[in-house]
Amino acid sequence: MELYNLSISELKTKLNSGEINAKEVNKTFQKRISDVDEKINSFLKLTDLKENRGKSDNNSLVNIPVAIKDNMSLKDVETTCGSKILKGYKPPYNATVVDKLKESGANILGKTNMDEFAMGSSTENSAFKQTKNPWNLNRVPGGSSGGSAAAVAAGEVPVALGSDTGGSIRQPAAFCGVVGLKPTYGLVSRYGLVAFASSLDQIGPFTRNVEDSALVMNAISGHDPKDSTSISKEIPDYTKYLNEDVKGMKIGIPKEYFNLDIDDEVEKNIREAIEKLKEAGAEVEEVDLLSAEYSLAAYYIIAPAEASSNLARYDGVRYGLRSDKADDIETMFKNTRSEGFGNEVKRRILLGTYALSSGYYDAFYLKAQKVRTLIKEDFERVFEDYDLLISPTSPTTAFELDSEQTPLEMYHQDIFTVPVNIAGLPAISIPSGFDNKGLPIGLQMIGPHFGEGKILQAAYTLEKILDLDLRPDNLEV
Amino acid sequence: MTKEISKEEVERICDLANLEVDEDEKEKFTNELGDILNYIEKLNELETEEVKPTAYPVPLKNVLRKDEIGESLAQKEALKNAPEKNANQFTVPSIMSEEE
Repeated sequence: MELYNLSISELKTKLNSGEINAKEVNKTFQKRISDVDEKINSFLKLTDLKENRGKSDNNSLVNIPVAIKDNMSLKDVETTCGSKILKGYKPPYNATVVDKLKESGANILGKTNMDEFAMGSSTENSAFKQTKNPWNLNRVPGGSSGGSAAAVAAGEVPVALGSDTGGSIRQPAAFCGVVGLKPTYGLVSRYGLVAFASSLDQIGPFTRNVEDSALVMNAISGHDPKDSTSISKEIPDYTKYLNEDVKGMKIGIPKEYFNLDIDDEVEKNIREAIEKLKEAGAEVEEVDLLSAEYSLAAYYIIAPAEASSNLARYDGVRYGLRSDKADDIETMFKNTRSEGFGNEVKRRILLGTYALSSGYYDAFYLKAQKVRTLIKEDFERVFEDYDLLISPTSPTTAFELDSEQTPLEMYHQDIFTVPVNIAGLPAISIPSGFDNKGLPIGLQMIGPHFGEGKILQAAYTLEKILDLDLRPDNLEV
Repeated sequence: MTKEISKEEVERICDLANLEVDEDEKEKFTNELGDILNYIEKLNELETEEVKPTAYPVPLKNVLRKDEIGESLAQKEALKNAPEKNANQFTVPSIMSEEE
């Protein structure tokens, strides 16, 4: 097998035994990128790789190349968030996840493409390039972390980090046939992650398999004094959970989710996978849960409201773009923001500004926050009796580029992923098969707060049962 | 119940958000925002009179630290990305016009 198709754990074994060295690993992925990235467009920027000393244990990633989404600060390397307004911006500090990766011995290989400010479900909102789905180059990779998902799927890098505000790790993972984990809110530091919606954003890994996801979680989780929302909690060795299977595990299937509009092939595939978990010894039952439509509606108040506040900082004063068509400061603010932001970002800033504006605050923002309480309590009730919940990750497989959906249609891409962010829960998307066009289908497992271990355990069991070949075959060079 | 948003309202929020959009876009945004607001109306199906709002999904208490001087960015570093600077300060276009 080609080196670029190896998982992190396989690379670690070969590196530790001396069968391969850091230089070979670096060259392998750099060559793979130069061979295929002109087709895929995963990367916005590549960085120089080092050769680090030492061997890897369960908590380290010595000489493993990692790509990061372009909304994570990398000191002195352009960090654009996929937006013209940050063109040329070089952060003077590292995000905490970057420091943690470096401490673990990993190398940052480059920065990946994304929907502008992580707003989108197709990576088509990037101001710079269109990332393609490695399984079908006429299809989107999903979004907003489309570059990270596509890079891992195409073998350009064994692991990439993304961020997930309403599904931006899980949906592209599903579309690209890789594993994407969105951790519990507060488990991974957000320091140095360019803020979109601060009460929903969370960083997590894209990997080729579940074991790798556990390995990366070992490296990036943990309390950070620089992020006041980060949780102070003992971090377990997540790989230890992989020794157990699903025997006796209680799995809930949210009825109300399966009543929504889902592609037939996707639904059939997910139901078959659930049957397989049952055969493997899991107890599976249907459960009642508030409709995901309420989560989506609450999300489209809370996320734009927080975004309108977070994105007020882009005014052309301290960094990034400044419009040169202005003689006074008010016009400079307005022109900079109007020239620098794309349409989806403007739409959400306007929506958020409206929801927070005088006279509408109670009807929109406060109402959404109250509904958020109901959704959170609803999940807490279900998790008293169940270890995890299963749904499709996305109602469809990857759709075509330039599909001309209305904003509301595009928002429905995230119907199954958004409730998880509203309640701050952890969830994983793992590949569960293919549709008749050969496009990957993703299955979502949702756990209670800090339930990453059980999710990884169940996902690992299912991955072994399904034993899918997840290498796209149309990238021959 | 249908939520209407007028073009004038869109102009008002554009102003609040320091954004300028041209006439075509304004028309488009007005329709799209109307659709989204209509969808959001769904929330009113849920009774929330007695419900407390949630700001953060995982319960957080006030996070305090000792008031000690730690590491911070040097002034030169903080100014490095400035579109315009002068004498260790950010420079901006004039704030008051001449008539004022």
